[in-house]
Amino acid sequence: MAGEATIINAAARTSLWLQPHRVVLILIALALAVSAVFFMRWDWLPQYWEMGLVGIWRSLWILAVTCALGFLFAVPLGLAQATGSFWFAAPAKTFCTIIRGTPLLIQLWLLYYGLGSLFPQYPWIRDSWMWPYLRQAWPYGVLALTLSFAGYEGEVMRGAFAGVPKGQLEAARAFGMSRWKIFRRIWLPQAFYRALPTLTGETVLQLKSTPLVATISVIDIFAVSSKVRQDTYLTYEPLLLLALIYMAITGILVLAFSRIEARIPVKIG
Amino acid sequence: MSNNSGAKLIDAFLSASAAGIIELLSPVPPGWGGNLLRGLLHSIEIAVGATCLGLLIGTGGAYGKLYGGPVARDLLAVYTTIVRAVPELVLILLLYYAGTDLINQVLTALGYQRIDVSGLVAGIAVLGFVQGAYSTEVIRGAILAIPQGQIEAARAYGMSPSLLLRRITLPAMLPFAIPGLANLWLIATKDTALLAVVGFNELALETRQAAGVTKAYFLFYVAAGALYLLLSLFSNLIIGRVEAWSRRGMPSLKEAR
Repeated sequence: MAGEATIINAAARTSLWLQPHRVVLILIALALAVSAVFFMRWDWLPQYWEMGLVGIWRSLWILAVTCALGFLFAVPLGLAQATGSFWFAAPAKTFCTIIRGTPLLIQLWLLYYGLGSLFPQYPWIRDSWMWPYLRQAWPYGVLALTLSFAGYEGEVMRGAFAGVPKGQLEAARAFGMSRWKIFRRIWLPQAFYRALPTLTGETVLQLKSTPLVATISVIDIFAVSSKVRQDTYLTYEPLLLLALIYMAITGILVLAFSRIEARIPVKIG
Repeated sequence: MSNNSGAKLIDAFLSASAAGIIELLSPVPPGWGGNLLRGLLHSIEIAVGATCLGLLIGTGGAYGKLYGGPVARDLLAVYTTIVRAVPELVLILLLYYAGTDLINQVLTALGYQRIDVSGLVAGIAVLGFVQGAYSTEVIRGAILAIPQGQIEAARAYGMSPSLLLRRITLPAMLPFAIPGLANLWLIATKDTALLAVVGFNELALETRQAAGVTKAYFLFYVAAGALYLLLSLFSNLIIGRVEAWSRRGMPSLKEAR
């Protein structure tokens, strides 16, 4: 019975999905895509595709590094706000408010142009091992994106840490676990599961923030498309391709995260 | 040479010479404070316009997604999916060029002169289009959260769709929509900074120009950040009031849980 019902359901779903109007819409979309391929100019592609791949790689690399570092930074931020004393909670809350209350573009320019213009006056900075890095643009981009991700995710982690049921922590304490072990085995994993659905959205938002690093001369995929626009005087082709690339990356990210979410026990708390 | 004078200015700033800072930030012409405030005003204008346009698109979009025909639903799904998957910066460039191009082509086809679309209008239109996709989802969720009996009762009374929208749906969905819409307003104020990339002189671009001329980069970017932060904090204050007002007569959130 049940099997039959699911089969009927599946059949009904495909027939619902492929309604006549949808076939027409798909055909129109295909026609648009084909006309874009044939009537727009794509002869610049062979010259730039290698640069584009490097750009995509750099965007993804920035995304991965800033999300990972930002999350590491968000855990203490969330913990301080959820349980810490006033002297820990207040600075963490101030940091999150400032990051969430100002545009990322201003944060980025403040770090790159502001801090970057202050550093050269100090001879000890110029002599240190950091100077070769501080003269480049990407460390500032990575730092700004990391801080931004930490600010937004810190707020999420605060809620996640506070949302873990008290009984779980009390049970762990009754087992005689040390504080560090409770944090590592009970508190952090459960808070992470709670934060995971929002983590998908935050990661997609972070991906959409990465093109801002192009404004401080980091050559990511957005900067490559700007270069193509400048070199070829084409407006739409590079931008449309760029939008398509970002949509593809977003799709892959969402799929990957839903895979991870599916592996996690549904019932928490 | 300019580097040298820049270092001097920064030194002046670092040694906390308050007079130098006040001189640079003063609203009368030798200072750049007036430019920053004008930029802030432009940013607020765009954010208000974009949010209003976004609300209009969002209400229409939510109605289309909930009550529209199959074609309208699919097209709206495509609209919200694409806008939410592509970076705002790319959308702004694409819509800015495409929009101004389209208007000028229509105008030349009709035999009129080409026009320069003003940055304000273009900015509002582009950001409003982006905001519309997000508010569609927020308002759709809020309408779904209304107890359906209220809408059925209104239909049973014979209310016309427009009266139903005005008297029942919009007021009843407001408490569910306000948190999401407030978030969108904050995003809109911050997204106005992206318009600096297409050369509209809102706060971010004014700051960049002031910093470039005076070489006091750190000071001006901190000042701009403070202005944006003040705008956000002030908005939060107002939003709290509006939320309390829209939830009047309802049980408080803590009791409802």
